Amino acid sequence: MPSLIEKTACNGLLPVVAGGVSLSELPPARITSVAPLAGKDRAVGTALKALGLGWPAPGRSVTKGAAGCLWTGRGQAFLIGADPDGLSAIAALTDQSDGWARMRLSGPGAEAVLARLVPLDLRAAAFPVGAVARTGLNHMMTVLSRAEAESFDILVFRSMAASAVHEVQQAMAAVAARQSAG
Amino acid sequence: MRIAGKGLIDRGAPVGFRFDGRDHTGFQGDTLASALLASGVKLFGRSFKYHRPRGVMTAGSEEPNALVTVGRGAAQVPNVRATVQEIHSGLEARGQNAWPTLGLDLMAVNDLFAPFFGAGFYYKTFMWPKAFWESLYEPAIRRAAGLGAISRKSNEEAYEKAHAFCDLLVIGSGPAGLMAALTAARAGADVILAEEDAAMGGRLLAETHEVGGRSGALWAAEVLAELEALPNVRLMSRTTVTGAYDGGTYGALERVGLHLANPPAALPRECFWRIVAKRAVLASGAHERQIAFSNNDRPGVMNAGAVRAYLNRWGVAAGHSVTVFGNNDDAHRTARDLAAAGIRVAGLVDVREEVSVPGDFPVHAGCRVIDTVGRKGLREVVIADRDGRIQRIVSDCLAVSGGWNPALHLTCHMNGRPVWRDNISAFVPKPGMVPGLVAAGAANGVFSTQGCLAEGAAAATESLEALGRKAKMADLPKAEDGAVRLRAYWEVPDPKHRAWLDFANDVTTKDVRLAAQENFRSVEHMKRYTTQGMAPDQGKNSNIGALAILADATGRGIPETGTTTFRPPYVPVSIAAMGAGGQGAGFAPQRFTTSDRAARDRHAPMIEAGLWYRPSYFPRPGEATWREACDREVTMVRERVGVVDVSTLGKIDIQGRDAGRFLDLAYTNTFSTLKPGRVRYGLMLREDGMVMDDGTTACLGEGHYLTTTTTAAAGPVMRHLEFVHQAHCPDWEVRMISVTEQWAQFAVAGPLARELLNSILEHPIDDAGFPFLSCGSVRLMEIEARLFRISFSGEIGYEIAVPARYGEALYRDLVARAESLGGGAYGMEALNVLRIEKGFITHAEIHGRVTAFDIGLQGMVSTKKDCIGKGPSQRPGLTGPEREQLVGLRPIPAGKQIGAGAHLFDDGADPVSANDQGHVTSVCYSPTLKTYLGLGFLKDGRARIGSRVRLVDHLRKTDVPCEVVNPVFFDPEGGRARA
Repeated sequence: MPSLIEKTACNGLLPVVAGGVSLSELPPARITSVAPLAGKDRAVGTALKALGLGWPAPGRSVTKGAAGCLWTGRGQAFLIGADPDGLSAIAALTDQSDGWARMRLSGPGAEAVLARLVPLDLRAAAFPVGAVARTGLNHMMTVLSRAEAESFDILVFRSMAASAVHEVQQAMAAVAARQSAG
Repeated sequence: MRIAGKGLIDRGAPVGFRFDGRDHTGFQGDTLASALLASGVKLFGRSFKYHRPRGVMTAGSEEPNALVTVGRGAAQVPNVRATVQEIHSGLEARGQNAWPTLGLDLMAVNDLFAPFFGAGFYYKTFMWPKAFWESLYEPAIRRAAGLGAISRKSNEEAYEKAHAFCDLLVIGSGPAGLMAALTAARAGADVILAEEDAAMGGRLLAETHEVGGRSGALWAAEVLAELEALPNVRLMSRTTVTGAYDGGTYGALERVGLHLANPPAALPRECFWRIVAKRAVLASGAHERQIAFSNNDRPGVMNAGAVRAYLNRWGVAAGHSVTVFGNNDDAHRTARDLAAAGIRVAGLVDVREEVSVPGDFPVHAGCRVIDTVGRKGLREVVIADRDGRIQRIVSDCLAVSGGWNPALHLTCHMNGRPVWRDNISAFVPKPGMVPGLVAAGAANGVFSTQGCLAEGAAAATESLEALGRKAKMADLPKAEDGAVRLRAYWEVPDPKHRAWLDFANDVTTKDVRLAAQENFRSVEHMKRYTTQGMAPDQGKNSNIGALAILADATGRGIPETGTTTFRPPYVPVSIAAMGAGGQGAGFAPQRFTTSDRAARDRHAPMIEAGLWYRPSYFPRPGEATWREACDREVTMVRERVGVVDVSTLGKIDIQGRDAGRFLDLAYTNTFSTLKPGRVRYGLMLREDGMVMDDGTTACLGEGHYLTTTTTAAAGPVMRHLEFVHQAHCPDWEVRMISVTEQWAQFAVAGPLARELLNSILEHPIDDAGFPFLSCGSVRLMEIEARLFRISFSGEIGYEIAVPARYGEALYRDLVARAESLGGGAYGMEALNVLRIEKGFITHAEIHGRVTAFDIGLQGMVSTKKDCIGKGPSQRPGLTGPEREQLVGLRPIPAGKQIGAGAHLFDDGADPVSANDQGHVTSVCYSPTLKTYLGLGFLKDGRARIGSRVRLVDHLRKTDVPCEVVNPVFFDPEGGRARA
């Protein structure tokens, strides 16, 4: 029996580069949504600590190496790049690995590019490294996080990958054009 | 005419451009207005209604006259203010509202009929016959009047929207704005300084005042250099703040590429900013106002401050021989600056008796301008003294100042009302009109440079305190500190000819008095009667003058008369900028299934389902129409096997101890009794008792369910379930998340469906081991998958779900296997026919106005428990024979075509709405039953099965008798799906 070919969400769309900013697809990683069951918040926190992470405060993430736990809503976090060991009895776990297109926007103009698409204050003081928001990427729902000073991770629904790439690319081109026009 | 040694333009950088088909040259730093004035051009456009020749009046964005059209083809932009447009090589501008040319405008005949064309004329004259207004009069009037025209082509040029955030937004970069920005920036606040002009400095660039012992322009340049070097300051030139909104949000329009000769294609023409500021300082300066007198609209009649600006900033003399007319000391500066630059000042006319102005020019104190001469350009100014003695002054420019109005518009955007200040005869903002915004300098009615510097610093200090920061008080530089000396003077009495107020909309003093006479005495009524202040400049130049005249005509004071409401935007904003990115496909995101490429490879036309794109049908060689393909696909599913991507249906993963109980609350039927490995169809009501959605729910394990929704309602159902949980049972242990995107899911349907599946499953299934409405985990091609035995076609049906990364590969594989079995892919058209044949509902039927009773599913509303919407669904009028109920319709004879949207009538009844018995929601041609079939809602329909109705489609002009039948046309026992 032949095996099925895997395709990533942004297959054939990325990377794109403009004006010192790049948009690339993040390598595939296991994503599990973690929603602590009733009365198990503390236990979930402890289990996540055992993974070197922890339960993120609203709007925040906890990361260790390539693994991270991102707040994604009321009583819900995404465990990315780690197996949800020790969580199965204390949290509702749902595989989300294939549901999202994960992209990284990097470079000195990344904040300016996102200012064209995201209605949030992304200045470093308001949205520091480790900050997470569920917000709009123009008309698309996104999970946005600041991975590094000049790097943002963008999650959109897998089905919207092409629209998201198109819109980010347009904003990148506009920002690059401003630089070249002086 | 250029004056040597004056101005801030770069004389080393000449720039060629075209206006009205002629080549002109200006310099880097010129606006279209300054460059044309320097070339001696006086005539810029024709007026709105009377086609009067008009020249440039101001030097800013408030310009009412010099509106031109820039660009060609789709990129043509009308009503561009020549005072704002910077010149660049390749710039091509034209005057507008003139035919055939600006110089010879035949429409100017309107001017001769002016006595008939006063305010209200159209409405009174073209009243009768009534139908003629829209069809004849109005289009004709609009053709003759109006401003520039749009291209009516789709413009592909880039526009942009963007967001910005700061602690302090400073609006305007004159002395007050610069001082405010500097004070705040030095205290470490994040500052955005927005300036409408290309160059920062505001009025300092237009005056000869000194600040701190150097020229105002030099001081501004030094401050700007300091600001530019600070990391916490963002300087935004060419950016007009257009509106003040809730929560410290300001709209702003930036001209990004409009001044460039060869902008990169990706460079936006304009950007519409949403700036969110914790505090704001409004330092937008002031607008000078005209005085209304006979023929005050001739090209060459300008604002005195503008004449000064053209001289000092652009080195342009607006005329060879300039007369100055005013009611205040500021006007004298124009005369002095012109004289100092060696330009002939033909006379200084001041309405006040007691003025003495030192200078080498004649001063006419206590005099007024009573008329002007020169149609396409001013030639003579006629003045009269107190005793009526007339004197004619040869002049090609008349610089007028009636005083200054603070540019307080933004302070009124949240419905605050300004207050009248007598000493400057103007409205000024009062504190707190826009929360967090402080007006400073001229915008606050303080007109001296020293006063502006002090106000700017104080406004910043106040804002910093509110931000919890301490201002380091810098010493204010010394600057001019003259007092305002002015005598309120709005119009020269008894004009012989028309005296204009609103130049852009051709409103005269006579029109305003007529409004008052006809009892349109409220300022808002007068505005609407006369169109005063409704032109592109929104009355910036004329509103105060008009209401002064209204006050006079109605015997009230100006404060009692009040002012009209200033609303956003402060300047015209391109829709292209506000809606940037929304053209064409940018209007909404597109959602593609994992099988999208595979479907398109098979040449399937894609149709939109919400944001999704799904294959309509899969054409094969020799098939001429979609119907042929659809019929083949339906037959293929009924006889062999078909594959369709159903990933777009919503999937919600629900877990927790109380998950079953929660589903019992959300659905009409019971799910808590559903055993692991089983699937059940469910119906969900809205709070008002109407059907919200339907779908299957699978029990994956103890306390673990997978609920599916329709494609259209995936989002709303998720939202609804979240609401139900948070509002009605927050303490229940229920955890849910959408997994719509996680799983690629394909329906495999038809008599050979099991055979197809068993060719890929590691452990084959049979009917007994995997009966109808069961579910479970399976392995195929080395991966875990989910299998559901459900059917939307009425055939043996399975839905197989794999993680989306495998979706495309599995779809291609399934279709290939189906084809080898004589089947293949099917699309939405066939899917729709299959479900209509089976009487399965979609949102065409559950369209928001139907109850469970209406669709015959009242039995699904459990009597043993409560559910959302159950109570409301039992209200009187929601059940019973008066309801339109779901029925099937078969045309007589069978071949007759029927259409969805048609209405149902009793046989023999007149097909009018009073006799309406229901309507048709879905229609198809059934290749299985060889007839058209319809689903529809008919009054007391279930009781009428077997009877005849008349199906009338008023739109398609058809009238077909139909038999009312059970809505399940095919295999009513459902044996095929269970085989």
